[in-house]
Amino acid sequence: MRRWWVRGDRSGCRGGPAATELHWCHMSRLYRDEGVVLRTIKLGEADRIVTLLTQGHGRVRAVAKGIRKTTSKFGARLEPASRVALQCHRGRELDVVTQVETIEAHRVLREDYGLLTRAVPMLEAVDQVAPEREPAPALYRMLTGALRTLAQRRSPVVTPAFFWKLCSLEGFHPLLDACARCGTPAPEPGPDDGADPRALVAFDLDEGGTVCRSCARGGGRPCSPGALALLGRILGGGLNAALAEPPGPAVHEVEQLAVRALEHHVERRLRSAALL
Amino acid sequence: MAVYEGPVQQLIDELGRLPGIGPKSAQRIAFHLLKAAPEDAKRLARAIVEAKERVSWCRRCYNLAEGELCAFCRDERRDPHVLCIVEEPRDIVAIERTGEYRGRYHVLQGAISPIEGVGPEQLRIKELLARLPEEGVTEVILATNPNIEGEATAMYLARLLKPLGVRVTRIASGLPVGGDLEYADEVTLGRALEGRHEL
Ligand SMILES: [Zn+2]
Ligand SMILES: [Zn+2]
Repeated sequence: MRRWWVRGDRSGCRGGPAATELHWCHMSRLYRDEGVVLRTIKLGEADRIVTLLTQGHGRVRAVAKGIRKTTSKFGARLEPASRVALQCHRGRELDVVTQVETIEAHRVLREDYGLLTRAVPMLEAVDQVAPEREPAPALYRMLTGALRTLAQRRSPVVTPAFFWKLCSLEGFHPLLDACARCGTPAPEPGPDDGADPRALVAFDLDEGGTVCRSCARGGGRPCSPGALALLGRILGGGLNAALAEPPGPAVHEVEQLAVRALEHHVERRLRSAALL
Repeated sequence: MAVYEGPVQQLIDELGRLPGIGPKSAQRIAFHLLKAAPEDAKRLARAIVEAKERVSWCRRCYNLAEGELCAFCRDERRDPHVLCIVEEPRDIVAIERTGEYRGRYHVLQGAISPIEGVGPEQLRIKELLARLPEEGVTEVILATNPNIEGEATAMYLARLLKPLGVRVTRIASGLPVGGDLEYADEVTLGRALEGRHEL
C-alpha cells in the first residue's frame, strides 16, 4: 500500500542539497506538494496533462491517467482552479499524478459563467509567467488568495487587481503620480477643467505609467480620472476598498488596461481575456 | 525538418498533422504503410476518400450524415419538440446506447474554452437558435461534458435560452453506478447530494 501525504511531512526524503527546500523524494522519485490546477489538456484516449502551480515545485506538468473515464479515481479533483494536495511521480518531461486530495474545490468558480470568465484569465496568466519546476511562493500565495477572494466576494476588481499585482511582482511598477514621459508631477487633485496640461489623462505602457495631457498627444491610452484613482487604490495599499467598487466603466477600463499591461509584459496574448 | 525524399516525407508530414500523432509516430506509421501490401494501403486510402466524399454534416443538427440529414433527423418517430445538445457526434452515440432518449439532437461541434480562446461564436449556437421556433422545440437538454469547458458552455446556453421560454434542463452529475461512495471526489458527491430525489 502506498503511503499517503501528510501536509508538511517531509520524512522519507533524503536527496541531495536541494532536498529540504524542494522536498524531492530522491529515493522513489515521488514527491508531494500542494498546488492549484491552472489548465488541463486532453491527452490520448482518456488522459489529461494537468498544469499546476505548486507551492514547492513551481509550475509542474503532470499526466493524470484515465481521468476522463467516469470511473477515474481523480474524479473532478483536477479541474482548473481547484487547490489540491497531490503526490506525483517525477518524469523526465511530464510527471505522473499518483494521488490527489482536494483542499479547496472552488466549485463556484466553475459553475458561474461570470466568475469562470474572471478566474480563467488569472490561471492563464500564471501559466505564462510561472517558471517550470522553480518554487514561486509569492506567486502561489497571490494566486490562492485571489481565487479565494473571487469566490467569496465575486468582485470584478479581483482579476485586474491580480494582473497589476502580477506585473508588480514581475518588476513592472507603473508610475501613477507623475507624467512618465516628461516627469511633471500631477496637479493637486480637484476638478479638471479639461485644459490643465499637467493633468494625467492617459496611460502609456512603453513609458511605464501615466502621461500628462500635453504628452498624451504623443501616444498612450486615454484613461478616466475614475480609472486612475481605482488603479492607485489597487497598487497603493487600498485593495480592500477597491474590491468594493461596483462594476462600471472605471472597473472595465482598469481591467482592459491590466490585460494590455500584462500582455505587454509577458509579450504574449492572453487568450482567455477575450471573454472578460 | 525534411529528412526523407519526396513522397515519403510528404506522407510523414500528412500523418503528422493528424491529432495525437507526433513526428515519431508519423514516421512509424509511414514505414508501416510502405511495408504493407499494396492492397492494404489502397483500402485505407479508399476508405478515407469515400468517407470524406459521402459523409458530411447534417444541415439541421450538425451530426455526421450521409446526405442532407442524419439518421435521427430523418427518423419521423423521434420527438421533434425535445433537443439534446451535445459537443460532438460521438456523444450522440453514448446517449443512444442508453436507449432512454427519443428526442432529436443538436451538435455544437465543440465547447466554450476560455483558456483556448474558443468563444460561443465558434460553436453552432446561431443554428440552434434558428431551430427552436422552426421546429417548435419546447425542451432543451444540455448534455455537454461535466468538465470546465462543458459547464461553461451549458451555463452560457442556459442564460441564452431561458428567456426564450423553452424549458432548459441539464443532465445530472453524480456517482457512477456500481461504484463505492467513499471513493467519490467532493465535487461529484456534492453535486450528487444537490441532485438527490424523492423515493
Ligand atoms: Zn508629460
Ligand atoms: Zn441531424
